[in-house]
Amino acid sequence: MSRSLLFVMLVAVVLVAVACAPPPAPAPAPAQPEQPAAAEQPPAAPEVQPASEIVLYNWSEYIDPEIYTQFKELTGIDVLEDNFSSNEEMLAKLQGGASGYALIVPSDYTVAIMIEEGMLHKLDHDNIPNLVNLSERFRNVPYDPGNVYCVPYQWGTTGIGYDSAVIDAPTSWAAIFEPDPNTPWYGRTTMLDDPRESFAAALTYLGYDINTTDEKQLQEAKEVLIRAKPGLSGYDSDTFEDLVASGENVMAHGWNGDFLVAQEDNENVAYVVPEEGGVVWVDNICIPATATPEQKLAAEMFINYLLEPEVGAQLSEYNYYASPNAAAEEILGEEFLGDPTIYPPPEVLEKLQYIEPVGEMESLYQRLWDEVKSS
Amino acid sequence: MQELLRRNPAARAWALIMPSLVFLLVFFVAPLFIVLIYSFLTRGKYGGVVWQFNPENFQRALDPLYFSTFLRSIYIAVVTTLICLVLGYPLAYWITTRPPGQRNLLMLALMIPFWTNFLIRTYAWLTLLRTNTGLINVSLMSLGVIKKPLPLFANDFAIILGLVYGWLPVMVLPIYAALERLDKSLIEAAQDLYATNRHVFLRVIWPLSLPGVVAGSMLVFIPAIGSFVTPAILGGGKSLMIGNIISNQFLAAHDWPFGSALSTLMMLVMLLGTLIYFRSALREGGGV
Repeated sequence: MSRSLLFVMLVAVVLVAVACAPPPAPAPAPAQPEQPAAAEQPPAAPEVQPASEIVLYNWSEYIDPEIYTQFKELTGIDVLEDNFSSNEEMLAKLQGGASGYALIVPSDYTVAIMIEEGMLHKLDHDNIPNLVNLSERFRNVPYDPGNVYCVPYQWGTTGIGYDSAVIDAPTSWAAIFEPDPNTPWYGRTTMLDDPRESFAAALTYLGYDINTTDEKQLQEAKEVLIRAKPGLSGYDSDTFEDLVASGENVMAHGWNGDFLVAQEDNENVAYVVPEEGGVVWVDNICIPATATPEQKLAAEMFINYLLEPEVGAQLSEYNYYASPNAAAEEILGEEFLGDPTIYPPPEVLEKLQYIEPVGEMESLYQRLWDEVKSS
Repeated sequence: MQELLRRNPAARAWALIMPSLVFLLVFFVAPLFIVLIYSFLTRGKYGGVVWQFNPENFQRALDPLYFSTFLRSIYIAVVTTLICLVLGYPLAYWITTRPPGQRNLLMLALMIPFWTNFLIRTYAWLTLLRTNTGLINVSLMSLGVIKKPLPLFANDFAIILGLVYGWLPVMVLPIYAALERLDKSLIEAAQDLYATNRHVFLRVIWPLSLPGVVAGSMLVFIPAIGSFVTPAILGGGKSLMIGNIISNQFLAAHDWPFGSALSTLMMLVMLLGTLIYFRSALREGGGV
């Protein structure tokens, strides 16, 4: 082989390798991210036309793709989707200057952060008349009273999913945090790859507030998480439910609706909130401040469409999460509303806590999480 | 302008390299400088930087947690490089002994994996390695060879396997290039002088192929130490390499200055290692 041909091949390999390597860091953004004047923006002039295409930045498998088709038929607007797997990842992307998104789906505590940072547009309620369909408790959520910035999308809980053909319901977090090589789930369990969620589980097990900023309690929780590690096959936020359904794992720390979707593949997949409690969360649909007036209008039309009773029901039937939409719940029917996995009964609900922003302490959570993962 | 270019060969040369020069300055040098500057600044609460001098990022990088991860990454990269060398050298040598037509075909075969995205190939390994549903363990168990599944996944073994698989061709190519241009009459001369096969290899072939070995080792070591996808997927997220820590600083901890400081340190270490390696290796090998 000629040397020049070899050289070309070598260069090609290196180029491909470099192209495949993950980006080492997000593109440098302006050092002082200018705060887009979300609040001060003058009301959209009447001649603003909705954008013909918008991008929704969402958790994976969280929306029935049929809804896009229906919305396109109705309005002619294309909705494209991009996915993230943690609130932190989504926040980092937007902070890094990603500006193509017209809609995002952050959880409760992240909404609070984004409002504080001026990263969200205020919603024009005139464009979202279907807001009246929301249940009373979702019209005044603590992180955004009156739905000024966001509309609740779906809500759910974090607990333990398991293969009921192999084991009985794990009633305590001890199943994960006191690993025992003689149990069938030893080495066949995953925890969420998410510092706030995994610390919440450990803090719940210890009987502490899941939003604690007490360093001693956090250190204790870290020890518990490290103790659990030999019994884990990994940390996973994206495929944990599939791995239980396929028989690879027996147990997984995760979100209720995901396990219910996995029941379609394996009817033995079940879900439980351990008796110590768990996390309850609300995901919300909002418009990032970087959206143009045209994108914002199209995004508000889409939010309004999601709040249609039939569409809200369609959403829940697809992702098996509880709906904040009272009108949709009427369509969903007794069987869905009576499912304790989707709608936790009052005695479970009272043991659930919300994750809240911890401000400066977030770096401690992350640092301790790094210690857990590299131990 | 045209006049100038026609008359002045130096101007012509500058005009030709200007596009690539500008490209490199804007898209390579400038980002590196931004990383360097950020590494001395203070973190913004949820990402970004505050323009306030802060040398603590580098102190934090020496913290045992990050330092031990750094050492672990070096260890994994060294093992990966050595395995690639042990596997790649004989392969490269064997290919040079084939007739020229076959050689091209074999080199092409070596390239074929690169036609598929590395991420997808890494996920394909998952299908093979998974502890309870992976193809290897399921087959071995159903054949009765093993009773309990082998620990093939979510450990250093899986990470190193994935890295060796990914970077082996990059080791073979430069070694092959060095061996192919090796003057065969030198080997004959050594044999004429009653050198044993072992001596022919140690005194003639190995020293002359050293530049290829050095190049191949660098091409494997550098991406291996900074690897990020392989430990995240094949390591089951249970063990971090420095690449994961750096990406976490940006994607999860919202601490850009600290992530930049870690990147800067890593670049420095690699630059130093490269310089030392090249100088010592080239001295031994007597130059390219």
